[in-house]
Amino acid sequence: MSTALPPPRLSTPSMANRWAEASLAQPLDQRSRALRRLVIRALDGGERGHIGPSMSLIEIMRSLYDHVARHDPKNPDWPERDRIILSKGHGCLALYALLADHGYFPDAEIETFCRRDSRLGGHPERGKLPGVEASTGALGHGLSIGLGMALAARLRGQSHSVFVVMGDGEINEGSVWEAAMAIGKHRLERLVAVVDYNKLQSYGLTDDVQPLEPLADKWQAFGFETVQINGHDVEAMTAALTAPRNGKPLALICHTVKGKGIPWAEFSPEWHHKSRLNPDEIQALYAALEAE
Amino acid sequence: MSATTPQKPRLTTSAMIASIASEGQRTRSAPFGHALIELGKQRSDVVGMTADLGKYTDLHLFAKAYPERFYQMGMAEQVLMGAAAGMAREGAMPFVTTYAVFATRRAYDFIHQSIAEEHLNVKIACALPGLTSGYGPSHQATEDLALMRAMPGMTVIDPCDALEIEQAVPAMAAHQGPVYMRLLRGNVPLVLDEYGYQFEIGKARMLRDGPDVLIISSGIMTMRALEVAGALDKDQIGAAVLHVPTIKPLDISTIVREASRPGRLVVVAENHTVIGGLGEAVALALLQAGVSPAFRHIALPDAFLDAGALPTLHDRYGISTSVMTGRLKDWLG
Repeated sequence: MSTALPPPRLSTPSMANRWAEASLAQPLDQRSRALRRLVIRALDGGERGHIGPSMSLIEIMRSLYDHVARHDPKNPDWPERDRIILSKGHGCLALYALLADHGYFPDAEIETFCRRDSRLGGHPERGKLPGVEASTGALGHGLSIGLGMALAARLRGQSHSVFVVMGDGEINEGSVWEAAMAIGKHRLERLVAVVDYNKLQSYGLTDDVQPLEPLADKWQAFGFETVQINGHDVEAMTAALTAPRNGKPLALICHTVKGKGIPWAEFSPEWHHKSRLNPDEIQALYAALEAE
Repeated sequence: MSATTPQKPRLTTSAMIASIASEGQRTRSAPFGHALIELGKQRSDVVGMTADLGKYTDLHLFAKAYPERFYQMGMAEQVLMGAAAGMAREGAMPFVTTYAVFATRRAYDFIHQSIAEEHLNVKIACALPGLTSGYGPSHQATEDLALMRAMPGMTVIDPCDALEIEQAVPAMAAHQGPVYMRLLRGNVPLVLDEYGYQFEIGKARMLRDGPDVLIISSGIMTMRALEVAGALDKDQIGAAVLHVPTIKPLDISTIVREASRPGRLVVVAENHTVIGGLGEAVALALLQAGVSPAFRHIALPDAFLDAGALPTLHDRYGISTSVMTGRLKDWLG
């Protein structure tokens, strides 16, 4: 049984910056709360789920689906759509919440999460659910897939963008850096690597498990334009994602709070994944969102 | 080394860029590369991708012919497979090359999740399959068939010669879904043209008939089996050779039909570990069909193999023509 870790200190390498501080202080507006309620609905329906890593993702996915990406829920395979790959597949509750909210499938279906024969699996599977661009779950795959998609787009003279959303623990995987090196080589300016930097991975703090800092320097060294940002500030992320590019791919390092919106889940490894929450615990999650 | 140490026989085959062609054997140069160029002429969706092994997988020929459709991914097999998945998802048809050890052992998860799970149209052609390199276990893909067979939806091909590779390339392109093909590169023996051969995915072919022993084989072991059969002729032993180039899906009906003929010893011969390859697949098919002939298996041991010259290694591990011939004679008593 793991024990709860103290919250990361603002002096630790991953937290000692203004974006991390801002992510802690960021209030949630009505839409962010509504999307989180969808996550809890799925968690309740499926009696399990990766709640912490989904809550940190909500505003990142919201920026993409609400404001940045060209997409059409009525025509999920529209060839000119921007591609959004959720490489950290365990954060799929956030993806499902956005897809449901945009009408890719009926809201109520979110309650079938992880149930027998559901289209909403514990990790996203392409072909089962409209809007899922890639089957993910084993980490470190999405950036390579996005690279291939961006190369194909260039070969065919298409102008859509490819967004790959990764976890901070995920980028421990060497394949991420294989892909980063190749993306830098090809100067794929329509490819965006988004890192959900929520400071925790399975065993504990990223600062302890496998320190990532200086993270922005790493991406820059691989040929990316690099922007650090408060990953719960939709307006700022939208601006960064739509700003003119300088011929390089973009790495958007989003400082986030794992479990954001549920005070006792924030920065808690215990809330990476939860199963069989009783009705009182589920009600407490809803209530916490209202109290925010 | 003292002056009295006996001189080792001079090696006629280099350990690294080994050709499995025996001396004086008819060969064709780079059949995969030339077949892919031909395919590229007909299909603009074909792209070539490799992990720094273009020259050693004959893909450099395609790269010269179609530089705009060639992707050098660096020495990085995971991104090679992942990017191929991304290309295929957008409608391209990647032919991906590297060595069999790297594709199967190192990039397995990437083939599994990113390519096979979505049944994407990625064609993986890998050099140095089985024991076709003398450079030791790191380069000897003795378990590649077992690994790739186990992957749902994967078609697995083990071609015998240059003709079969030339025929397999367009067949792979016509097939919808992922394919793994063992690649013979450089000067590749030409054998099957004498048998009016035509490759078809999923089809085993009887190359010659005989009343005493049925050799069921794939890949270069079919070439060896034909040589063994020729040697056995001299002893009035009639050997049949059933070539099974598609390991998955297996042509069970042909295998069961031929193995059901009475009075023949059945020998499965493969350039692969005893575990998980053609031998086990055939044995299972026969058991399930209620057919139980006398059965023997010629395959590589479940071990990390030695380095050395290929002819020496093939003798040591029992897959050379001479050793196979001897064993068959013993078994047939």
